[in-house]
Formats: sequence, C-alpha cells, structure tokens
Amino acid sequence: MFAQRPDSRPATVEVFVSDTALLVPEGASAAAAVMLAGLPAIRETPVSGAPRLPYCMMGICFDCLAEIDGVANRQACMVPVAPGMRIAPQHGARVARTGA
Amino acid sequence: MTRTTFDAIVIGGGLVGAAIGYGLQRQGLATLLLDEGDIAHRASRGNFGLIWVQSKGLGAPHYQRWTRGSAGEWPGLAEDLRTRTGIDVRRQQPGGVTFCLGEEEFEARAATMARMQEEAGNFGFEYRMIRAAEARDMLPGIGPAVTGVSWTPYDGHTSPLHLLRGLHAGFMGLGGTYLPNAGVTESNAAARDFTITAAGRRFNAPRVVLAAGLGNAALAPRFGLHAPVVPERGQILVTERAENILPMPTVSLRQTAEGSLMIGDSKEDAGPDTLTQSPDIMRAMARRAVLCFPWVAELNLVRAWSALRVMAPDGLPIYDQSGRFPGAFTANCHSGVTLAGAHANRLAPMVAAGALAPELSLFSARRFDVRTAA
Repeated sequence: MFAQRPDSRPATVEVFVSDTALLVPEGASAAAAVMLAGLPAIRETPVSGAPRLPYCMMGICFDCLAEIDGVANRQACMVPVAPGMRIAPQHGARVARTGA
Repeated sequence: MTRTTFDAIVIGGGLVGAAIGYGLQRQGLATLLLDEGDIAHRASRGNFGLIWVQSKGLGAPHYQRWTRGSAGEWPGLAEDLRTRTGIDVRRQQPGGVTFCLGEEEFEARAATMARMQEEAGNFGFEYRMIRAAEARDMLPGIGPAVTGVSWTPYDGHTSPLHLLRGLHAGFMGLGGTYLPNAGVTESNAAARDFTITAAGRRFNAPRVVLAAGLGNAALAPRFGLHAPVVPERGQILVTERAENILPMPTVSLRQTAEGSLMIGDSKEDAGPDTLTQSPDIMRAMARRAVLCFPWVAELNLVRAWSALRVMAPDGLPIYDQSGRFPGAFTANCHSGVTLAGAHANRLAPMVAAGALAPELSLFSARRFDVRTAA
C-alpha cells in the first residue's frame, strides 16, 4: 500500500518488522518501517480489538503503538530506527509487570 | 427554544448543576440549566473520578453521613442513567484504600480512622487498618516502603466525563432545557420570583439554584446568599493504558475502566491558574505512586493537567436557601462526583419542595459568620 518517495534517502538501516528484515533510510521512524513492511495492522486496540496502522505520524493518535525492542506500547512514529531494531505488533493492552 | 418561564433555573452546567438539574427535571419541574461555557474553570472536566468516603468528614460527622448517603445513592443513579440514556458511567464501588508509607503514616491513619468511627456513633463506620503483608494479597505488586493501608467498603470510582455526559443526556432526555454559552449577565431576585438574563435573553422561575462552582462567590450575594469559596489546585498524571490490574481504587491512584492509571491527590494554592503545572509537584506525585506500586515506573505518562477544586474555608460543602429571597439555593462542594448521588436523589427533591432538610442545616454558610452562626 505504501511506497517510499522517489527522492527518499537510500535505505541503509536494517530493522525487523514482525521478524521480517527490512531496509529503511536513516532517520526514518519505526512507524514508517511498519508501513513499508506492508503489515495489515500494527496493533489491536485494548477496548474493542479494532486493528490499527500508524495514522497521525506526529505523536498524537497512538494508533502506531508497537512493541519495540521488547518494550510494549511504544509510539512507533516517535522512535527513529536503529540498526537491528525489532518492531513487533502490540496486541491489546500492555501488561504491567507487577512481579506478583 | 422559545420558553422563558421555568419551574427552576440552575446556574452551572458542571457535575453539581447537572446532577441537581437532572433530579429536578425527574421530579417533574421544567428546568433550565445555564452553562457559562469553556471560559469557566470547569472543575468537572478536570477531576479524578473517585466516589470517596473514607477521608470525608473528620470532625464533621454530618459530612461523613452526607457523603456515605451519596455513595449509597450511587448504584441507583448509575443504573437510572444507564436505563434512560444508554450511557455507562463505569461506576465501580468495590471499596478502596489509602496507602501508608512508613510507620508514622500508618499510626496517624489508624488514629484518624478510629476517630472517624467514634464520631460516626450509632451510624457506624466500617474500616480496617491492614498491614502490608495482608495488603499484598489485595493489591498487586505493592512496594516495600508500604507499611499498610486503611480500607473501607464504601469507596469506589467512576468516569467523571461519562457521568457528566450521562447527567446532561438524562436531563435533556427528560425534557430539560440546556443552554450553553450562557453566563449570567443580570439577575433580579424577589421571594420565589427570579429573573435571570443569560445569552442575551431573560428567563423567569420561582426557584434558582446557584451551582456555578467558584462562580458562586460572586453570584451568591445577588440572591441574599453567601458562598466564600476559593480555588485549590490539584494536578493529575495519566499513564498509557495497561491491562486492568487494580481491583480497587486508592485515594491517589486508580485505574480507569479503559486501563489508564490516574495519579492524583495533590493540593496547592495557585490562585486561579489552571494553565500551568509544577514539575516539583508532578515529581512528588509520581514518586509516591512508584513507592506504592513500583511497577508503575515502567509505564509512560501520556497526559497531565491541573484543575481547581471549589473549597470553602473548612473544606465542607455549602448548601443554603436564601432567607431574604426564599427559592434561591446554593450548592457548592469539591466532590461533584462523590456527591452526585445525593445531589440528584436527595438535594433536588428538597429544592423542588422548597425547603432543605434539617440534616443540611449544618452546611449553611452561616457557619462562617459568628454573628449569625448561633
């Protein structure tokens, strides 16, 4: 569905979206990587279970929540990619680790 | 809307005014609800959402009883709103706890609770001081700094925004008239005959209820009433949503039905300022939350705001009927959520009948004037 703009910088950073390797430009956001990867959804909402993809791309809508490098509920649009970054879907609500 | 004559006019469209308006309209009184607009301080948009009993009314058993009574009215009010409007206000009343950090806090809390019970007399006041070891079975992941909690079965919480929406929808569904952007510009008072000008129009009614929060301070004297309320700022921090994990609210931390954790209970004198927040207070709130529940530290904060409580000098509500202009009432409190049950189900019928019950006489603002208090 999404493609890079023709004037985009070269894709040099390797990240993993749902365990699939993908090259994205340096400075791109994890949310951009999600859309380039062509996933149908990056999360399901905790309340209704509706599937979501990144939407506002500016830190407001929270539709891009993902598990990034093992940390749940991160706003993927606000996280710049880093080599080897692992971006995985956020299924429902984050689970707080109470240690109990 | 062409009607200009009503059975009652309620000034203030927040939780207090909407609950009273809802109750009046349900009593069959044609009621006009005047709402100033977003220029108002809007305490009802900023509050925490507790239905809280356990710390209300130390040294003032009439307030403890009124609060308890309201908590008792709450299940009926929530069900009534759900039936009439389809709006679920997310009420839960599973009991609640106040955390004690350190032995000193635990002892002080125990003394407070014992005194509350003593003051309750035959009315009763059920509570327990619970040591940390047992509290760990009630609540998940309590930190080592916690020495214990006080617990009462009366406490709970709700979604204040859904409550406000529910009361407005319920009021209008019953045929009530809601007028937004309608600050009062002019008023004329006579006994059981009031004329109010708002939004450029004149309205008449034999009853008027002042429920304008901090705005009551300026409004009350026009009706022969007195409402010496001042702002007390509270700040709130909100985390990202997490899976529901807290089985009951605490006085300073609760988990909403949607999963957000709300951290609150700060108190400061900041005048009318709700636009700023103070990092030192936010830090102290977050620190205490993490001492109570260390796992909260892993959650991201996504929102924060401040709002103004409506405080009388002694922190208690004010309810009065004007002696000079009977038919004019004041209703002021800082617990618009907790007291919504009492306002809709108990106070509104009193206003409709034209007399406040004797149980409310101690809430009169005459208590602030030594010449008339006797």
